[in-house]
Amino acid sequence: MIESFWSKFFRFYVPLIIFVIFLLFPFYWMFNTSLKPMKELYNLKLNPFYVHQPTLENMKTLLFDTIFLRWMYNTFFVAILSTAISLGASLLAAYAIQRLKFKTSGPTGLAIFFGYLIPPTILFIPLATIIFDLRLWDSLWSLVLTYPTFLIPFCTWLLMGYFKSIPKEMEECAMIDGASRLRVFWRIVIPLCLPGIFSAGIFAFTLSWNEFLYALAFISTTESKTVPIGLVTELVRGDVYHWGPLMTGALLASVPVALVYSFFVEHYVAGLTGALKE
Amino acid sequence: MARVILENVSKYFNEVIAVKDFSLEIEDKEFVVFVGPSGCGKTTTLRMIAGLEEITKGNIYIGDRLINRIPAKDRDIAMVFQNYALYPHMTVYQNLAFSLEMRKLSKKEIDERVKEAADLLEISELLHRKPKQLSGGQRQRVAVGRTIVRKPQVFLFDEPLSNLDAKLRVQMRGELKKLHERLSSTIIYVTHDQVEAMTMGDRIVVMKDGLIQQVGKPLDLYFHPINKFVAGFIGSPTMNFIETELIGSENRLFVQADGFRLRIPEERSRNLQNHVGKKITLGIRPQDLSKASAPVEGETIEALVEIIEPIGNEIYLDVKAGRDSLIASVDPKTRVIPHQKILLQANLENIHLFDPDDEKALL
Amino acid sequence: MQIQAEERGWLRLRNAFSTLMENRNFLGFLLVIPAEAILFIFLAYPFILGLWLGFTDTVIGRKGDFIGVGNYVSLLKDSTFWLVTYNTFLYTIVAVLFKAILGFVLAIILNRDFKAKGLVRAIILLPWIIPTALSAIVFWWLYDSTFSAISWSLIKMGLINHKIDFLGDPTNARISLIVANVWRGIPFFTIGLLAGLQTIDPTLYEAAAIDGAGSWKRFRRITLPLILPLLAVITTFSTIWTFGDFQLVWVITKGGPANATHLFGTLSFQRAIPGGHFGEGAAISNFILPILVLCVLISFKYLKRED
Repeated sequence: MIESFWSKFFRFYVPLIIFVIFLLFPFYWMFNTSLKPMKELYNLKLNPFYVHQPTLENMKTLLFDTIFLRWMYNTFFVAILSTAISLGASLLAAYAIQRLKFKTSGPTGLAIFFGYLIPPTILFIPLATIIFDLRLWDSLWSLVLTYPTFLIPFCTWLLMGYFKSIPKEMEECAMIDGASRLRVFWRIVIPLCLPGIFSAGIFAFTLSWNEFLYALAFISTTESKTVPIGLVTELVRGDVYHWGPLMTGALLASVPVALVYSFFVEHYVAGLTGALKE
Repeated sequence: MARVILENVSKYFNEVIAVKDFSLEIEDKEFVVFVGPSGCGKTTTLRMIAGLEEITKGNIYIGDRLINRIPAKDRDIAMVFQNYALYPHMTVYQNLAFSLEMRKLSKKEIDERVKEAADLLEISELLHRKPKQLSGGQRQRVAVGRTIVRKPQVFLFDEPLSNLDAKLRVQMRGELKKLHERLSSTIIYVTHDQVEAMTMGDRIVVMKDGLIQQVGKPLDLYFHPINKFVAGFIGSPTMNFIETELIGSENRLFVQADGFRLRIPEERSRNLQNHVGKKITLGIRPQDLSKASAPVEGETIEALVEIIEPIGNEIYLDVKAGRDSLIASVDPKTRVIPHQKILLQANLENIHLFDPDDEKALL
Repeated sequence: MQIQAEERGWLRLRNAFSTLMENRNFLGFLLVIPAEAILFIFLAYPFILGLWLGFTDTVIGRKGDFIGVGNYVSLLKDSTFWLVTYNTFLYTIVAVLFKAILGFVLAIILNRDFKAKGLVRAIILLPWIIPTALSAIVFWWLYDSTFSAISWSLIKMGLINHKIDFLGDPTNARISLIVANVWRGIPFFTIGLLAGLQTIDPTLYEAAAIDGAGSWKRFRRITLPLILPLLAVITTFSTIWTFGDFQLVWVITKGGPANATHLFGTLSFQRAIPGGHFGEGAAISNFILPILVLCVLISFKYLKRED
């Protein structure tokens, strides 16, 4: 449809720019603060929107005076393991529900979907008692085992959508060609669903990287904390806020997800919208 | 190569009957076509033979092996799917080799067989392409190639030509037929296209609503359809059906329609005595109506031309005789114009009569 | 001879097994076991256990006794609890409303072809991708009572003459949290709705334009009805998450000032983990359940209709 420049300007560019500024400003602020020296941070005379004397002092504090790298490692450890477990279990389950259509596949799929709707806020207290009984309290394994509770429903639902898109005949043909069902799964279905598996994996990784409540509830030792918990609990001591290192930490901890995400943004969007359409 | 025997095979999807009491013996090296409108159960039957659907009742044998409980992968059959089902992530070569790999053949033997099949189908230059880079006809060939490398006991084809354009379809029809002679193998072929069925099959199985209507050689079905459905399904344009009454007596019987009457040949009159004075359905193929020059009592039909459809080698005339609409296929040189009165000569030897209640043919 | 017999037996067993593996029901059942086992132990069981804990006086490290509805009775008498209920509803309703409206507006803005489409979509998702706890830290710093850049700018512009006490005043604190929540939630609505908008056949708009419908009419009569089921599903999801929110509040205000921003989630955490009262904490979080059930029913209804 035809529209004039000014109409496009006011109906498209102006609102778009306002939205983009609103959505990006906090990230600019993170970056901006992380580069400021302490005295500039607390000087009300200076314009806070620029950095007058950029410094890496905050980075130094974060890396050498805290165990930030250890927290990063912990977060990685938990995210990779729980993603792997969830992806494996979800692949099998999604295939069984979507393609094998076994007797109770409908109710099973529905039950898994409802699992996704239960917020962690309801579960963390009983889970805490279970973790306690399993003697996993304060161990990263408590997170590796509990994160799949929200990762599996999500990944299963997402993968089911992908499996649905593969023509049934492809599998039937492979069976007639002499492949067992498991082999069909391995040789035909998995290769065809790699994009879907990728996006499920990315999703699972970012979701576990972002998790907060379980990590806050189940972990108390400084050495075992994940990045978000470590930053929020260890860099704030009483009333003393270390804003510089805090922002640097937030920035650095955002980098892995942002990186993963930027490489696979198309898959990510496809995954998100695919999961919504289901 | 092997015989395939189906004994009272039935398939229910919950309460819905898809196939009922299907019994058929398919000879070794025979080319059998299952034909019928969509939903008639032809594909379901094929899928039961393939092992893709469980058999609700009855038995299926391939060779002398009862295969009801044998999974698809162990049935030693090959199948071409309607959408070809080529594996998109594999090259043509890998597509052809897949089934041999599953059977754990040696690399060397796989290579030989793939090359052989590729040669036969003239797709040797395509072996390193992915399915996406192939045209419709090429995909079709790869799908066929994938079955022949197997040297299976039975080939199954599920509407393999329906995704091709008309010209290619005719060409592939001939090639598949040639292939059958070359491989001398048992083929079961499913289609909804009666022309495909007529031109390719050694024997045709016409199905409707899950039931076999008639089994026979192509021309037997054409000339001796067992009921109104088969009569209407085979042949193009469709046979004309007219509700009439059987009148007359002894050896001089007529079918009386609204606008005309036709004489029944003497030798057929004997079996029709019980129907005299009753309603009867007359069936006459468009090809059995030609232009006549002079009226003959009981042989010609006076009609009004409504629409003229020149096809090339023949002309279809939509005509009206009394209340009844008829289609006649006449000589292309015939000169007619719409709304013209015309005399049609009926070929009385080839008329068909059906009981209006059970639609069975009356002979 | 005997060895042969044994071998034959082994072979038969293997054949039987491989036949079993071709059975859809058996294989299907087998393949869902890992997922179901994990979900049963760490999702279904704790879910039930949570219901039970709400009826006990369990404290950390000690098995509690059944005390009936004791926790619930004492909560209903507790004015803090009522304040928290009010907070949770206020927070959810206002935040979801703004997320839906702004997310929808942005989706409509983006639903056209322009050069940097991919880049803009990627940027817009960032608030959703970046760990909430980390972006919460930024908001916390932006809301600082002395060094807030927002206060600084507004004073420079001459709009206010003294600094805003973002987190010290109950109303300000609630608004501040809702803004942070809306900021984080917009992308989910936008990307989800954008996907829905793109499935609408553009010829519908052309046909409507030819029929004389203006842009508002086209939105009202074509876009809205077609997108409504998707909007309902997305809103349901967002409602559940917002109602059970925890991180933002915990990082930015910890429920203060004077419990003005405590939600069910943060209050139950406070009573259960630092406080050690698992039973009472569980009882509080169980108040999320009725809303959850309601949302599940609504989303189920819409999902079913889309089938």
